[in-house]
Amino acid sequence: MKVEHKIYLGLGAFFSLIVIIYWLWAGESGGATMLLASALLGLVPGSYLGWWAKRMSQRPEDVDEPTVEQSSGSIGAFPTYTIWPFVMGMGAFMVALAMVFGSWTLVIGFAFIISAAISATLESKRGGVI
Amino acid sequence: MLNPQDPEVDGEMKQGHKKFTSLVRPRGVTSALAVATAALGLSSCTIPTFGAFKGATTQGQSTFHLFQGFALASIAVGGVTFLLLFYVMFRFRKKDESIPKQTHSNVPIEIMYTVIPIIIVVILFFFTVRVENKVVAVSPSPNQRVTVTAFQWGWKFYYPATNTTVIASGNTYPQLVLPQGETTTVTLVSKDVVHGFYIPAFNFSRYALPGFTNRFDFNPTTTGTFIGRCSQLCGLYHSEMLFSVKVISPAAFSSWTASQAGKVTA
Amino acid sequence: MTLTEEKKGESDHGQAGHHEGPSGLYRWLTSTDHKVIGKNYMYTAMVFLFIAGGMAMLIRTQLASPNGHFVSQQTYNELFTIHGSIMLYLFAGPFAFGGFANYLVPLQIGAPDMAFPRLNALSYWLYLTGGITMLLGFLTASGAAAFGWVGYAPLSSSTNSPGAGPDLWIVSIALVGFSGIFTGVNLVTTIFYLRAPGMTMFRMPIFTWNMLVTGLLILIAFPVLTAALIMLYADRHFGTVIYSVKGGGSPVLWQNLFWFFGHPEVYILALPFFGMVSEIFPVFSKKPVFGYKGLVFATLAIAGLSTGVWAHHMFTTGTVLLPFFSALSLLIAVPTGIKIFTWIGTMWGGQLNYKAPLTWAIGFIVAFTMGGITGVFLASPPIDFATHDTYFVVAHFHQVLFGSTIFAGFAGFFYWYPKLTGRMYREWLAKLQFWVVFIGFNVTFLPQYLLGLKGMPRRIAVYSPTDGFTFLNQISTVGGYLTGLGFVIFLVNMWISWKRPVPAGDNPWDGYTLEWATTSPPPSHNFTSLPPVRSTRPTWDRNHPEHADYKSPHVTEYAKKEVSSSEG
Ligand code: HEM
Ligand SMILES: [Cu+2]
Ligand SMILES: [Cu+2]
Repeated sequence: MKVEHKIYLGLGAFFSLIVIIYWLWAGESGGATMLLASALLGLVPGSYLGWWAKRMSQRPEDVDEPTVEQSSGSIGAFPTYTIWPFVMGMGAFMVALAMVFGSWTLVIGFAFIISAAISATLESKRGGVI
Repeated sequence: MLNPQDPEVDGEMKQGHKKFTSLVRPRGVTSALAVATAALGLSSCTIPTFGAFKGATTQGQSTFHLFQGFALASIAVGGVTFLLLFYVMFRFRKKDESIPKQTHSNVPIEIMYTVIPIIIVVILFFFTVRVENKVVAVSPSPNQRVTVTAFQWGWKFYYPATNTTVIASGNTYPQLVLPQGETTTVTLVSKDVVHGFYIPAFNFSRYALPGFTNRFDFNPTTTGTFIGRCSQLCGLYHSEMLFSVKVISPAAFSSWTASQAGKVTA
Repeated sequence: MTLTEEKKGESDHGQAGHHEGPSGLYRWLTSTDHKVIGKNYMYTAMVFLFIAGGMAMLIRTQLASPNGHFVSQQTYNELFTIHGSIMLYLFAGPFAFGGFANYLVPLQIGAPDMAFPRLNALSYWLYLTGGITMLLGFLTASGAAAFGWVGYAPLSSSTNSPGAGPDLWIVSIALVGFSGIFTGVNLVTTIFYLRAPGMTMFRMPIFTWNMLVTGLLILIAFPVLTAALIMLYADRHFGTVIYSVKGGGSPVLWQNLFWFFGHPEVYILALPFFGMVSEIFPVFSKKPVFGYKGLVFATLAIAGLSTGVWAHHMFTTGTVLLPFFSALSLLIAVPTGIKIFTWIGTMWGGQLNYKAPLTWAIGFIVAFTMGGITGVFLASPPIDFATHDTYFVVAHFHQVLFGSTIFAGFAGFFYWYPKLTGRMYREWLAKLQFWVVFIGFNVTFLPQYLLGLKGMPRRIAVYSPTDGFTFLNQISTVGGYLTGLGFVIFLVNMWISWKRPVPAGDNPWDGYTLEWATTSPPPSHNFTSLPPVRSTRPTWDRNHPEHADYKSPHVTEYAKKEVSSSEG
């Protein structure tokens, strides 16, 4: 976790430096806002990862020579197939088309998206397939 | 947010340039580099153009010389890179199934190929800033002023001193007349979308932006007629948004303005 | 070794293997396997490449003669707009981070799948529907969007570009943008949380490193684009005036937002391909990559710097701080140069095995070096004033982008094709394609530098016979056709490989990274067993124990301990 933490923090620090220089020199607020957001994008997750790095025991992927105890255990469940992402994608497609042609597909699109979101969540909670 | 209508934006920028110039010019370095530029300047007539315009304004000529410098630097850098590449490609063709030495790194070499490029870009940056300051400088007391208005799909040139307007679009192209050897400040605006006011022979282009006024100077060095174009996509007839630039002697320019005073040429 | 197997055994959770997955079309619609999704992405992106490539042929035909009448000016504007939009939004990015990264990153770090498989599937569907949405523009009454891939305000406003085509362009990119953001999240999470035991960050393959940095850049850049598009949509439909001078808005704001996305985007498109050749040069030189850490830090430096250079696309607006953006832009050439020297250093002293992947990768260096150098010209504001919006820029970005996405892209495609399919392509056809495309590409784009310097603006549908552009344009068009022919050779190659399969074996190139330690194509959830990871080259270590990296003292702490304990 330490390296991950440092990457984020390093980028955050670099963007902070740039935003300061940019703000003082160019004094232009549009670019400064975006740079500031980028700095936060580095600093916030960076600090979070650092906070975790201190609290968790070392992971097997962070050590040069993991021991057997370190390496055992589950890393999560991975679905192999599910229809819901497709349904949600089609819903988004309909919403997008409705945004252009202003048609009734907007309602169906949202219905697709919401039902797919609920179903996918339930499915993932059950830890199983469809 | 950035407010294009705010005249301060322009002023602030120029200040930025000045501050910066003083930053990069510690005295010792300046003189050494001045010698280098002088050498470059003297020999620039023998350096090929590399396909670029020589520049028909003093600003354009500075840009041209900078371009030549960049071209020489890139031939050097590119040349070394390609020589190395071709050497490696032929020298280390596979000969047998043996396993070569497993080199992971070589810190001195890595430092070298980091530091040398940094030095090169610092030098390039130094010359860039010098030329840039020349090219963007706006004289407080120009000899002439002209306001250029871009619109879909044509140009309007307005000379406030004599209240002269030249305007055309479609199949006829308007002509911008400039005096040779004098400073003309161009004020550039757009009536509708973004256009690009581009004079290839002057090595210069600038956007005509709606809601924002751009100013820049031309000091034409050669008489003649040059083509001008719209460089930024502005809609259907973008390719046909041409104009011409005619540089004439100051005397001819005075008689031209006198003859055109108060007139509108369409 | 046993330890890793134990971990894998646990991870399957009784799903894979126990359930027989669906087959056929239903499998395509429902699979969350990163390999299936990755391949879908790759093939879809290639279809888009051929569509946009076809448009390029039409564009070149129009420009082959002065006052061209092959297509109307309106059609011409639509063609280059959609050509650019497809290539940048629908081909280059999705091909790399949707296709290659999706397929390879989990394999390279020894993970069973991406961290969020459902999200991954959703990304693909958003991408596909987004792509279809963009093409639909041609079917509308007023035609497709015609304001360039950058959609500058106020040309893209509802008064200047009315109709459904521009709206389709906006929502299409919004869909693809969300798809990209989801993929970015997925990549970063996968790389941070799903690495195999012993796969420390500094043992990850360079390709994976590049994809991590690409993921971070996506997260920085894409939301800005999406926000900018939403505001554009609001301007067009809800009467807001964010980009309109008349209501007090600012057209330049669009350019700032767009390029804050746009410049990182060009590196989002380039970094994955840098990653691919960083895998290929070592393997075909039989050496480890030269200066691993240098490469990693150069990549991170590119990520940092590329966020602070956006306004080098706006030098001629007169609204930006020239020295700031020119300094950072020039600096970005340094890490880019480091990479080129690292690749040359990797080949130095090696045993270069000229198979198609290496040949294509070297073609990439040649094209990319030239394009990178002209990028340095453009980073100098005065030179940019002279060349902005001319064919000089067109030549620059085609050398870097065509260099990356086509030369490095095909290098990667041929390199991993055996892994993807378990089959071999035809070597001689891949080489023939290389030479045709390489010659065609240079004949197309090198003259465009000269055209730009002679003052030919980009995006013009017609020029005059008196301009002196005719001859160079004709050369360029011939080169374009030749390049197109090269892609036909590729289709033939694929067709033959499909009709008369030649099995490739699991590790035909003596590859170094974990994807070569599993079968070709890999099983569902990727590995039945993993070699121990003790260096950046676990598969090499296993196959060449006498030259293993972990035995080389300067590589790892681990090796130092090993060495000292065996000596002591
Ligand atoms: C060596 C580093 C590079 C530098 C210093 C550089 C610099 C520039 C500059 C200043 C421009 C603006 C030119 C103009 O519009 O007047 C530009 C345009 C462009 N560059 Fe680069 N570039 C570099 C590398 C790359 C790479 C790696 C890519 C992508 C793979 C890329 C893709 C582009 C594209 C697509 C454009 C044109 C955008 C448009 O206006 O449509 N560049 N580059
Ligand atoms: Cu135009
Ligand atoms: Cu850029």
